[in-house]
Amino acid sequence: MTYQNNIAITPQLVADHGLKPDEFDKIVALIGRQPTYTELGIFSAMWNEHCSYKSSKKWLKTLPTSGPRVIQGPGENAGVVDIGDGQAVVFKMESHNHPSFIEPYQGAATGVGGILRDVFTMGARPVAAMNALRFGAPDHEKTRHLVSGVVAGVGGYGNAFGVPTVGGEVEFDERYNGNILVNAFAAGLADTDKIFYSKAEGVGLPVVYLGAKTGRDGVGGATMASAEFGDDIEEKRPTVQVGDPFTEKRLLEACLELMATGAVIAIQDMGAAGLTCSAVEMGAKGDLGIELDLDKVPVRETHMTPYEMMLSESQERMLMVLHPEKEAAARAVFEKWELDFATVGYTTDDLRFRVKWQGEEVANLPIKELGDEAPEYDRPWIEPAKPAPLSGDVPQMDVADALLKLVGSHQIASRRWVYEQYDTMIQGNSLQRPGGDAGVIRVEGHDTKALAFSSDVTPRYCEADPFEGGKQAVAECWRNLTATGAEPLAATDNLNFGNPERPEIMGQLVHAIKGIGEACRALDFPIVSGNVSLYNETNGRGILPTPTIGGVGLLPDWSKMARIGFAGANQVILLVGAPPSRGTHLGQSIYLRDLFGRKDGPAPHVDLAHEKRTGDFVRKLIRSGVATACHDLSDGGLAVGLAEMAIASGIGATVTDLTDHDPILQYFGEDQGRYLVTVALDPQGPELGALWEDASSLGIFAPWIGTTGGTELVLGAARAIPVSQLQSAHEGWFPNYMDGAAA
Amino acid sequence: MKSAVIVFPGLNRDRDMIAALTKVSGTAPATVWHQDAELPDVDLVVIPGGFSYGDYLRCGAIAARSPIMDQVRQHAARGGKVLGVCNGFQILIEAGLLPGALMRNKSLKFVCREVKLEVVNADTAFTRGYTKGEVFRCPVAHHDGNYFADSETLNRVEGEGQVAFRYAEGTNPNGSLNDIAGVFNDGKNVLGIMPHPENLIELAHGGDDGRALFAGLLGQAA
Repeated sequence: MTYQNNIAITPQLVADHGLKPDEFDKIVALIGRQPTYTELGIFSAMWNEHCSYKSSKKWLKTLPTSGPRVIQGPGENAGVVDIGDGQAVVFKMESHNHPSFIEPYQGAATGVGGILRDVFTMGARPVAAMNALRFGAPDHEKTRHLVSGVVAGVGGYGNAFGVPTVGGEVEFDERYNGNILVNAFAAGLADTDKIFYSKAEGVGLPVVYLGAKTGRDGVGGATMASAEFGDDIEEKRPTVQVGDPFTEKRLLEACLELMATGAVIAIQDMGAAGLTCSAVEMGAKGDLGIELDLDKVPVRETHMTPYEMMLSESQERMLMVLHPEKEAAARAVFEKWELDFATVGYTTDDLRFRVKWQGEEVANLPIKELGDEAPEYDRPWIEPAKPAPLSGDVPQMDVADALLKLVGSHQIASRRWVYEQYDTMIQGNSLQRPGGDAGVIRVEGHDTKALAFSSDVTPRYCEADPFEGGKQAVAECWRNLTATGAEPLAATDNLNFGNPERPEIMGQLVHAIKGIGEACRALDFPIVSGNVSLYNETNGRGILPTPTIGGVGLLPDWSKMARIGFAGANQVILLVGAPPSRGTHLGQSIYLRDLFGRKDGPAPHVDLAHEKRTGDFVRKLIRSGVATACHDLSDGGLAVGLAEMAIASGIGATVTDLTDHDPILQYFGEDQGRYLVTVALDPQGPELGALWEDASSLGIFAPWIGTTGGTELVLGAARAIPVSQLQSAHEGWFPNYMDGAAA
Repeated sequence: MKSAVIVFPGLNRDRDMIAALTKVSGTAPATVWHQDAELPDVDLVVIPGGFSYGDYLRCGAIAARSPIMDQVRQHAARGGKVLGVCNGFQILIEAGLLPGALMRNKSLKFVCREVKLEVVNADTAFTRGYTKGEVFRCPVAHHDGNYFADSETLNRVEGEGQVAFRYAEGTNPNGSLNDIAGVFNDGKNVLGIMPHPENLIELAHGGDDGRALFAGLLGQAA
């Protein structure tokens, strides 16, 4: 078979590769000639938005990425953070939005596979996973199909691989009708002196291909992920990869076994743009050239062209640079696990990326420039408009009716239908499974230490005010970790936005990043890894701006951990961090949106200094053993927070109103920085007095709002609601909806 | 009692099982790689859970035809004890060591949650840590745990005391016939169960209801 590598590079062909005319001119100037067909493919893979961050780089650089515990920030496969005792947590979140919309099961499954690979590539054994999923309106014709496929795909891969899913998010909004979001998070544990990086070192060393064989699946996937959807998306199905968790599990074990032998110099998984991206990255980082011989690449299909091999996104593959004297031992490990092992090239000293195929050189490009010279744009953006303040009277509804409706709504209802399809207990370290504020796992091999994980963002706030929304996403994540008693260590960001070539979308991105940066600085919560997903649009309509934040926290002693369920009867309920009237802010609330169909008003403001003080105070209450339960307030405000604590425990509570304030604002306002904390202290006793003195010296208001006990939730003057009724409303929505009941 | 855990590629609760056996007995079990020629000299052989060979054929079907399974059959024929949990249960059924079949869950979905188990036969080495009729908590995590047997087999299994555990209090998670969660062979020296007692043996797991199975088993003939 002959392969036409010198076919004419027409403007149409360039456009089909997602490259703009000026970007193509830059390529020609860089290499001093027309690229070959294979080279054009390589450039399109390296220079698309997904791999080059060309629209976001300028702004990502403004994020805080370092701190006393940060071992590795953004730029590697995952971030690495010191957790003491010679151990580190390695984590990242990444989107698989476009593939999951086209083929939900495989799209979601390979999203999970990709993020797990990022983590074990660095030498860490994955110990926890989360998934932030956003779907279209429940009544949209595709939503059930997508929910069922994505959840099965996440479970199908993660369960077989053997990592517990400890948390996540599921949200519905019509703005995701044509473009769902699947953001997968994974974390692993490694020894701080055994972290593996992608930087190659040494000339003339073997470049080794490991794992599964290369097929035609996913060719052009990264380029597809950097384009908007039109009505022709069904035609893009072949760009979605197919996952094989059985191979991934063997690859994990083989990689960790191989790393322990000391044979590995550099390692990079083949994710987006497969062989191209991994080889270029290893060489460019190490100031080395790479020469590949494609005839050595294990393939599972015949007649694959070099173009296809270089752009394939077949899953479960790794590239490594190995110590030559340990090559035989390394091969034995992979043969034991029945995985492919092939030396496909070597490192060179001339900084060229050469690709050979059947004796012919099909690509010869400057390796550094492939990555470093990718276009970087300062795209025009406009200041997002601030929504007008809410006008008119507070819309009224019976407090008990409103609460019951919200608890049984698509926004607040239990996600049990989803998380029971995920293995949440495997590895035997899950201390808090999904359903609480954060997932918590014990650090295996350590008597008391544990890690907390949470994934958060409130897209409707980000739409109303990207800056405050960006701050709020970080603050809520930090708050959820704090609510277990954990010290938030660091975060990963997964920025999902529309088309950055539109100035209003770019304005959202810029402001959200500014807000995230400000909050991360104020809360000592650096961003150590992340992913940007742009062009989340269908037929010109963008998604809600969705900067998902995945955070990790450390608990020194899990016996002093808080949970959301009330711990017993006759305990004092404190609303820590509240304003004097308990709640004031109804703009962009779930109360307005889901009960009155209103999406107006400003997003709630996050006072970061107050947030920090309040969180530190709450954490101290938990760690000293004073707090018996803790839950932060978010969607639905105080009423929903209390209901969730009652639902989780089966224990009721009686709360007293502030009679001179509107009960709707008190119970459903979404003011930020508030926690419900229960304490088993005498309301008249000196301990509680001392607690209030501490709080007030810090400028924190922590009023006693009620007492736990009984089998009903009593919110002031509202009628008592049996906890069992709250439970059945909360549990009912999801299974009923998936069984076909009206949304 | 000396024990060994067999590891097939794709199993993923092997580490959980090894941890449970080690924590309860104070001694780590031997681990046996599926390509090993023979079993070490042990009293108990355990096949843990997971997705051997990706469950890409019928669950457990490929592992059941692995050469090491001949050794397991011989061990069982000598009266040696064999415990299969989840995928291990599926493998033992596919290997012909236990009666019945495990079909896809009635919901057609993977299910991970806590259920209640009732001890049906406490008069065996595996169940002596419990009392007959006792109900205890136990996690499940599987896609294919729906126990089925033809009526003749089912009558025999029920009649000969081969039902070890039943899902209790309406917690049957998968549609199993007669709520069967675990069955013995006719010699009561081979047990297969779908639930995961190894994930409920200590405070960190939120309870230790699963511990009695290992304690009863390992405490014997120590």
